[in-house]
Amino acid sequence: MSRSVRTRSLVDRAVTVLCVAATALAIVPLFSVLYYVAARGLGGVNLAFFTELPAPVGEVGGGAANAIIGSLELVGLACLIGIPPGILAGVYLAEYGNSKLGQLVRFSADVMAGVPSITVGLFVYSLVVLSTGHFSAYAGGLALAIIMLPTVTRTTEELLRLVPEALREAALGLGVAKWRTTVSILLRTALPGVATGVMLAIARVFGETAPLLFTSFSNRYWAESLNEPTASLPVQIFTYAVSPYEDWHRQAWAAALLLVVFILVLNVSARLLVRPRV
Amino acid sequence: MQMSQAETVDTRPSVPQAADGSSGTQSVVRDVSGNKLRTRQLRAFFGKAEVLRGIDLEFPERKVTAIIGPSGCGKSTFIRCLNRMHEVVPSATCTGEALLDGKDIFRMDPVRLRREVGMVFQKPNPFPTMSIRDNVLAGLRLNGIKVADPDALVEKSLRQVAMWDEVKDRLGRSGMSLSGGQQQRLCIARTIAMQPKVILMDEPCSALDPIATARVEELIHELRDSYTIVIVTHNMQQAARVAHFTAFFYMGELVERGETKEIFTRPSQQRTEDYITGRFG
Repeated sequence: MSRSVRTRSLVDRAVTVLCVAATALAIVPLFSVLYYVAARGLGGVNLAFFTELPAPVGEVGGGAANAIIGSLELVGLACLIGIPPGILAGVYLAEYGNSKLGQLVRFSADVMAGVPSITVGLFVYSLVVLSTGHFSAYAGGLALAIIMLPTVTRTTEELLRLVPEALREAALGLGVAKWRTTVSILLRTALPGVATGVMLAIARVFGETAPLLFTSFSNRYWAESLNEPTASLPVQIFTYAVSPYEDWHRQAWAAALLLVVFILVLNVSARLLVRPRV
Repeated sequence: MQMSQAETVDTRPSVPQAADGSSGTQSVVRDVSGNKLRTRQLRAFFGKAEVLRGIDLEFPERKVTAIIGPSGCGKSTFIRCLNRMHEVVPSATCTGEALLDGKDIFRMDPVRLRREVGMVFQKPNPFPTMSIRDNVLAGLRLNGIKVADPDALVEKSLRQVAMWDEVKDRLGRSGMSLSGGQQQRLCIARTIAMQPKVILMDEPCSALDPIATARVEELIHELRDSYTIVIVTHNMQQAARVAHFTAFFYMGELVERGETKEIFTRPSQQRTEDYITGRFG
């Protein structure tokens, strides 16, 4: 008896140690990436980086102001185009998703989530860029929106399904119409999770490079409108990183650091905004 | 109280009852007899399985009627038919008639019906994203009904469930910060704020401890002068304590219904006696 108790507590301890070790193993790469990017990137961060346009080729200095704003524009466009249909489709799947159409939509979303982003870029290239004849922020935003769409849809669906049935019944039992129950109770209750899903989608597209290469392309100057080629941080990082110039490498690291910080800030602020009230 | 429905007897002949001209007059008879709600041959199904086999039952105005019976006898399904929550479940259907003030509820808009026939559920289910105050107002707000004096309504509703003094200083806190018993009384307050004609309670105390149960029972005692209440309970002592009338369900059928005292002392059916004396169920 006592032996089996000892064996069990030994096994218990071994499994605990194993779990902690696995957690540490998962965290190590995360923190080493953060550390490496910070260490290499901080050197390139200065006022000029945020306020100036890229310097002419061969000259040292200049910044990435147009790429920073360009990235924000692209992601903003992607949110405008991608989030509303994503959330609505998620609501549809959660509320009526057992129909044939629902299964088709769910299957398509899952397939879309697995499509390489460069394919999405090519799709938008042939759809928008070829027909309008030029690269534009619109095309880039659309490509990013298509990449966001399945993530937003499926997280919304999953999180709506997690809302206890009791709350739906409570609202319906008070004589609340079904659409109102869905919006004001189910979606509202699932909001922190949905917001997190949206943030994850944004974080993913913030760093996307491949689809932007054929859609928004890049621009060494300010884009006059959303209908012009637009610079973005990931494309800037790509261009600078493969260049032969030391100063551009420095700026690529700085841009990478900025991307990571953007994504962190997005995540943290989303969580603070929708923190449950006590 | 706002519950002046007894006086405003609904005898409108405009109730769409084309197939059955007699029900208009019958409804008048029922109202005179003091029945707020009445079912006739109510049958309920989940898919093809028949879980209620034709229930004829009446609920007198401003009285508490308890429905007792063993698990799976259809008592919850029955009261969920009364505000048409039964149909919310996919594949669930029901047939027959249920008259609220003489009007067939199956011809009413379910959303409107549920404002008149409120429901308290087995597990307390306050809205977790809302404050205590907003929970009380939730039914009205979500229905887009303008409340002239929300603070007064919140106070009145919370006083009716004897909670005002406990929570008046923390109306802005989440409903989830309350204890289970308080949450359930908050849910009752939320239902009362809609000023329904009938309150359905589906085992409202089964998730509560004895003290919280006692408080909810006291509350039912106080509400029964103003509302028509139907309560489903597993607890026969509870039925004996709170209800004027008791109905015993078994296997989807109504075995008998009568004054609570009668049912518990001189049941007319052997099955009722077997159940209340604990021989089965």
